[in-house]
Amino acid sequence: MDQPRHAPASRLKDGPGPGSREAAALDATWRDPPGVMGWLSAVNHKAIARRFIVTTFGFFVAGGLLAFVMRLQLARPGSTLVGPDLYNQLFTMHGSTMMFLFAVPVMQAVTIYLLPLMLGTRSVAFPRLNAFAYWIFLFGGLMLYVVFFLGAGPDVGWFSYVPLAGPDFSPGKRTDFWAQMITFTELSALVEAIVVITTVFKLRAPGMTLNRIPLFAWAMLVTAFMILFAMPSVMLASTTLITDRLVGTHFYNPAEGGDAVLWQHLFWFFGHPEVYLIFLPGLGFISAIIPTFARRPMFGYTAMVLALIATAFLAFGLWVHHMFAVNLPELGKSFFTAASMLIAIPSAVQIFCWIATLWSGRLDFKTPLLFVLGFFFILVLGGMTGIMLASVPLDLQVHDSYFVVAHLHYVLIGGAVFPLFGAFYYWYPKVTGRLMSERLGRWNFWLFFIGFNVAFFPMHLLGLRGMPRRVYTYQAGLGWDTLNLVATVGAVVIAVSVLLFMVNAVRSLRRGAMAGANPWGAGTLEWATESPPPPCNFHAIPVVHGREPLWEAPRAEAQRSSPAFTHVGGLAADTRELLATTVLDARPDLRVNFPDPTIWPFVSAVAVTGLFIGSVFTPWAVVWGSIPIAIALTAWFWPRRSETAVHLSLERKP
Amino acid sequence: MDSLHHVLAPFGPQAGHVHALWMLTLAVCGLVFAAVLAALLIALMRAGRGNAQSAPDLSTVGRPEPGRRHAVAAALAASTLLLLVLIAASIFTDRALARMSTDGALRLEVTAHQWWWEVRYVEPQVADSFITANEIHVPTGRPVIVTLKADDVIHSFWVPSLAGKKDLIPGRTTTMNFRADREGVYRGQCAEFCGSQHALMAFFVVADAPERYQAWAAAQRSPAPEPPPGPPLRGREIFMRSSCAMCHAIDGTPAQAVRGPNLTHMASRGTLAAGSLSNTPDDLKRWIADPQQIKPGTYMPATQLSSEDMDALVGYLQTLR
Repeated sequence: MDQPRHAPASRLKDGPGPGSREAAALDATWRDPPGVMGWLSAVNHKAIARRFIVTTFGFFVAGGLLAFVMRLQLARPGSTLVGPDLYNQLFTMHGSTMMFLFAVPVMQAVTIYLLPLMLGTRSVAFPRLNAFAYWIFLFGGLMLYVVFFLGAGPDVGWFSYVPLAGPDFSPGKRTDFWAQMITFTELSALVEAIVVITTVFKLRAPGMTLNRIPLFAWAMLVTAFMILFAMPSVMLASTTLITDRLVGTHFYNPAEGGDAVLWQHLFWFFGHPEVYLIFLPGLGFISAIIPTFARRPMFGYTAMVLALIATAFLAFGLWVHHMFAVNLPELGKSFFTAASMLIAIPSAVQIFCWIATLWSGRLDFKTPLLFVLGFFFILVLGGMTGIMLASVPLDLQVHDSYFVVAHLHYVLIGGAVFPLFGAFYYWYPKVTGRLMSERLGRWNFWLFFIGFNVAFFPMHLLGLRGMPRRVYTYQAGLGWDTLNLVATVGAVVIAVSVLLFMVNAVRSLRRGAMAGANPWGAGTLEWATESPPPPCNFHAIPVVHGREPLWEAPRAEAQRSSPAFTHVGGLAADTRELLATTVLDARPDLRVNFPDPTIWPFVSAVAVTGLFIGSVFTPWAVVWGSIPIAIALTAWFWPRRSETAVHLSLERKP
Repeated sequence: MDSLHHVLAPFGPQAGHVHALWMLTLAVCGLVFAAVLAALLIALMRAGRGNAQSAPDLSTVGRPEPGRRHAVAAALAASTLLLLVLIAASIFTDRALARMSTDGALRLEVTAHQWWWEVRYVEPQVADSFITANEIHVPTGRPVIVTLKADDVIHSFWVPSLAGKKDLIPGRTTTMNFRADREGVYRGQCAEFCGSQHALMAFFVVADAPERYQAWAAAQRSPAPEPPPGPPLRGREIFMRSSCAMCHAIDGTPAQAVRGPNLTHMASRGTLAAGSLSNTPDDLKRWIADPQQIKPGTYMPATQLSSEDMDALVGYLQTLR
């Protein structure tokens, strides 16, 4: 594809061009080493993120297949395709996979790829920690699937309510593996949150003041802060669960003074914000896609940012609406009803601002925009059923019925998966250098949109007709037969659509049209560099003059009498040197030397995994397992002579 | 058993209140949904067409757009107002439900087990109390207060046509109340995932005219009738000899175990195994011979009996009216 006519990207490219000696030196410095060892010790954020995205997508497909088997089982009453034992594992694995191994991690993975490119820097903060987070995530997820294929998958639901998940009613190791996998993946999420926060605050390009950060980066920053507050709650819950099971504590045993409802509070204090952890990045994708395909900047940038922050605050005030049926005090319930309903307001702000942007835009109906429009329909409908669930009396009727299954899939698939597919089509050319097929993309979208509604809309009606969720079978003649069959047909259509997507993604790797730096004519910094980006992202660090730097750079230059600075010079090419900027106004602050690739994050992750798997069987694993971890961490942080020398030489520079 | 099982088919004041709130919420939400989609469609139709080659419109950078801003603010104000209406309606409905009169209520105590329901009719006179399983009879027009307990894990008590659900939590006691205004059979089911056989944990609420209810209760209060001589009498001996008596109680006999459902009047119930089977001699035989075939994971073990013994046992159980 040719460069767009106005070609703003070229305006920012007066640094060392690709092919120059300095550019080659930069590429060599930032490239991960070759070979298997090099692969295991990679720290480049793009390499880690690509693996992360592929891994999470693999889990998405696995979780989808589990759901598909469940839909086949429920297609007709009294089916004997799978029995209760396998079915209970299926829905537990489906929920756990989608929530812990797909939804939040995939958002973080995409962020790890895009954030440095969008912010105009060469790496994420803490690149080794970033690699470590990927490895423990991979090992935690694999652990869950290995035990599932060994026939010992967890079977008490992704919410693992005690006492059913406790030692008395779930003997064996199933729930122990589940609990440890949770602690694992949430540790990964916490680490990534710290990486994201630091990257956004300290590694922005000069000139990218707080009110010029792309909305996607804002969404991920807010998400990262939410993770810091939400995840420890579930890690605490899963850790106390395993001590109950392994060493006989009684946190959740009512017979010994424990409390079964404590689990629900801890779990939903994480579990409800979790929904927004998935939803906010989706909003970020939308806010990146809409301006590009509407050919104008976002309407209401400040309102959008405030809405993101308000959503984050309110998200922590409504976990109790998962527990209305538990019989809590009346006044408390009214508060949580109000909080749950009012969170619709910041969401409404965002939706209205997007519509306002589209209203005065010049639209280009490419596949990413189609997914955004699908998002509108599905998410708004899911939001409406959410308002119904927030009302105590209505919730007492539809809670734990198929109505909730319908609602949560409308919100999560509408709010996260549709934007994610749009994002995939949107940024695929940046990552691979080639465009995905537009024709297959349209098929992908329409099949997904139609299949989704056919599969999930009937579930609202099933819930109203009294069908509880998490049932492996049902009796004929209750009025559920036809609706279930229709839902299963919808699931088949969804499966075809996802298959089509995979064909498109793989085929386009070789056959897609060449993308060039900026195939959509977008305005944010990631489109300023080549596609795929070189190892160092930018050969010269850009200076930012507006919210859409690529759109506004020419304008800013035209308004000035003398040419404005467009790039930062003076960073070393032979070491991994970065420019850190101040938090508020992004003025150059420090030159930071980043660490080289190393195998130790990988080894540390292996050691941590060893401890966790051992701890499923004996508490002593915590004692002995900490020794290899200590060794690996010591080696990880041991100062190396070459790095010390670089630090010293940097200090001597003016 | 023909039965009602529908949130939108309320047959008592509790479910009726919720139904009214549902209709209001559906109307408001439907309106908002339609309005948002209409705005989106209009935006799509009136906006111009562009592509990657067309220069971005930067005329709005640094300049407020008063028209759009007012439109967004108005839409926001309208949605906030509608939300406040819904919050108020929800809280008023909640209050109305809490204030529902329970004078002269029938008192029940429901204990949930994996995977069946134990129902105790608590009367002022201890001798008048009695126990049944998986089937609740209530008189029409009289409030019912249900005390909810769980024996093992968390369950949830839900009869959509009569009232919303409430959880049964080990270590806690909760209550709920409902009133059935019309005669009929209302289906209920456990709504909280409670393990292997959560799917087959149904029960029925049978609402009868007060006289019929009184007759039923009187019959339930009496101990099991003496079986006639012949196969039924032999069936009772088989019951007492085999593992049946280890778990079940039949009032008026030596069987007094409490692990499984009380069988004193089991032949009067419509279904077997928490609504999994209809209560016919054939189904009963299938159930006794191999419960795992019907409800895999249930705690009831298979009972090996010769076909004569099985006939005798089922013949005896059929006399427990």
